[in-house]
Amino acid sequence: MSRTVIIDPVTRLEGHGKITIMLDDGGAVENALFHVTQVRGFERFSEGRPYYEMPSLMARVCGICPVSHLLASAKACEAIMSVRIPHTAAQLRRVLNLAQLLQSHALSFFYLASPDLLLGMESDPTTRNVLGVAAATPVLGKAGVALRRIGQTIIELLSGKRIHTGWVVPGGVTEPLTAEKRDSILALLPEALRDTQMALAAYKQIADKFKQEIEVFANFPSNYLGMVDSDGSAVYTDGNLRLIDQAGYTIEDDISAIRVTQVFGEAVEPYSFTKFPYYKPLGYPDGCYRVGPLARLNIVANMGTDCADKELKEFKQLSKGPVESSFFYHHARLVEMLYAIEMIERIMADPKILDKHVKAAAGVNRLEGAGHAEAPRGVLHHHYKVDENGKIVWANLMIATGHNNYAMNRGVLQAARAYVKKGKFTEGALNRIQAVVRTFDPCLSCSTHAYGQMPLNVELLNSDGEIVDRLVQG
Amino acid sequence: MSPDSDVKTLTIDEREVSARAGQTVLDVARENEIPIPTLCHLEGLSDVGACRLCLVEIAGSPKLLPACVTTVQEGMQITTDSERLRKHRRTILEMLFAERNHVCSVCVANNHCELQSMAQSMGLTHIRLPYRNAAYDVDASHIRFTVDHNRCILCQRCIRVCAEIEGAHVWDIMNRGTNCLVITDLKDDWGASTCTSCGKCVEVCPTGALFNKARVGSPHPKKPEFLPYLNLMRNA
Repeated sequence: MSRTVIIDPVTRLEGHGKITIMLDDGGAVENALFHVTQVRGFERFSEGRPYYEMPSLMARVCGICPVSHLLASAKACEAIMSVRIPHTAAQLRRVLNLAQLLQSHALSFFYLASPDLLLGMESDPTTRNVLGVAAATPVLGKAGVALRRIGQTIIELLSGKRIHTGWVVPGGVTEPLTAEKRDSILALLPEALRDTQMALAAYKQIADKFKQEIEVFANFPSNYLGMVDSDGSAVYTDGNLRLIDQAGYTIEDDISAIRVTQVFGEAVEPYSFTKFPYYKPLGYPDGCYRVGPLARLNIVANMGTDCADKELKEFKQLSKGPVESSFFYHHARLVEMLYAIEMIERIMADPKILDKHVKAAAGVNRLEGAGHAEAPRGVLHHHYKVDENGKIVWANLMIATGHNNYAMNRGVLQAARAYVKKGKFTEGALNRIQAVVRTFDPCLSCSTHAYGQMPLNVELLNSDGEIVDRLVQG
Repeated sequence: MSPDSDVKTLTIDEREVSARAGQTVLDVARENEIPIPTLCHLEGLSDVGACRLCLVEIAGSPKLLPACVTTVQEGMQITTDSERLRKHRRTILEMLFAERNHVCSVCVANNHCELQSMAQSMGLTHIRLPYRNAAYDVDASHIRFTVDHNRCILCQRCIRVCAEIEGAHVWDIMNRGTNCLVITDLKDDWGASTCTSCGKCVEVCPTGALFNKARVGSPHPKKPEFLPYLNLMRNA
């Protein structure tokens, strides 16, 4: 008798997700799907609003990465205004984005992933959470809290608010940086660097224990998409996109924001509210790709800062071509945190960083504009059309988690096949299947942040839809 | 006119006060530092009694009367704060919030909004009425300013300042009930109207309904203090 296993909700993610595993008559995994079960409607209800309101409106998409939405949205508005923002404003925005990268990666690694990595996939689920990590390894627990605090504090120092700031506006930012705040930011960085290096060392020590997981955690050849500077180095706010293939060769380069919709299509599957973007010339699903820390490190030639470049070299040793297992998203995330800290320090040394001219003014000069930025989870794209008075008539967002949607589904299927044998599963096996999704650090919505042990309800259904077994925790 | 007839004595909240004939209850209360909440009233403009928040109880009258347009009478006994008044004022405020879209988080006037401050001062934590969620138009045709009717509470300050201070009378009001809208000229686009672009209407708007495009994202405090000064200069 064929059966279906449903994991709902998937825990330790940003938002609500569900996994369905379908078993055949012999109990082998036939298919597995990762569902995103909520619809938000931002693209629709922003219609009719003035374009200059879009950054603060769109930042509400997410409570973890509002900065990326602010930036992508402001850049789309600036395309409509046809302005180039002042150098200082651009630099300050870069720092804002890097501070968010730091705090978001800290959240992903320490709060959401480290319980699996440090305590073990099979450890007691009642203590497999950030509090369990803090109890087992207090130093790392404290480092996680500190890194998230430092990232958020930098965001607050720059913009006046930790979440959903109105500081980023079309044309630049509303307030310049003061010398006192710059010094406060710089004073936070040495601790952040120490903590990140310690976490990286701890990760490398334990990574060898996860050979089996590395083997089956979304470990397959794929294309990768990420933002890259004109010289091939890492860039997170102001750059164009590069798509590479499974061997690391560039398929398409220098993709500006306005070209994104020409180059990428968005497929829809009936089982998820998240779209499935793909590279149009290769079609769906062959043109699907991965984004985020793993993709970015696979794409860039160098990071551009000392410590991060050393780590990038080591990272690239993991594989001859692009690093394929999504398990290494965790590793890539830690390298990016190093980069963020080093780059914030460098930008703060810019002699013009305290310049008072931080905003350009203009009205509607084009009726269409697009902008993109690297969110912690990958490429984020905003595209708007306006009427002659600047009111939004059409909006489209391509979110990082959407770009990774196909890869997450494939990863879930791969892990399910490895861990569900003859229709039998253990709590540890189910945790591993969820852990595959966690490697991507998907942000399914801003509305719910998993903390500690969330309720998990796993149901085994027979072909008639009747519940034959149930596992409840939390 | 004899001095006797020029001065009225009355009680507000059981306090004996004196007033000049023709003064409103609101004026006298404020002179004596007795608080009465208002939204449509603004020092320097005429009063229209639009918001009804300043309702007070007057002994001998079964009806509640708006303090801003009720003139003092000899021997009046006025109550400005009672359970009944608090209930009515709260209901008025809830109706304002339920009628149009007042989501503070993305409003340009957040933290500088008289409606928001009023709700906070009254301890309004939720709205018992169902939200209408009606979609009103946004007129962004003016080069500097925008009117978002979703955030308008129909206080008519814009109409009064435009007519009484600027002397242009570009703003007016049309329709009734929930279809009521402030309009420029004969409902022309603001950008195509006879507006002088002086910006006084923006400065007196108590919410984010009228705002300066250049201030989006920045703190957007309104500065209506110029009105008494302008009146003073005019009368000098």
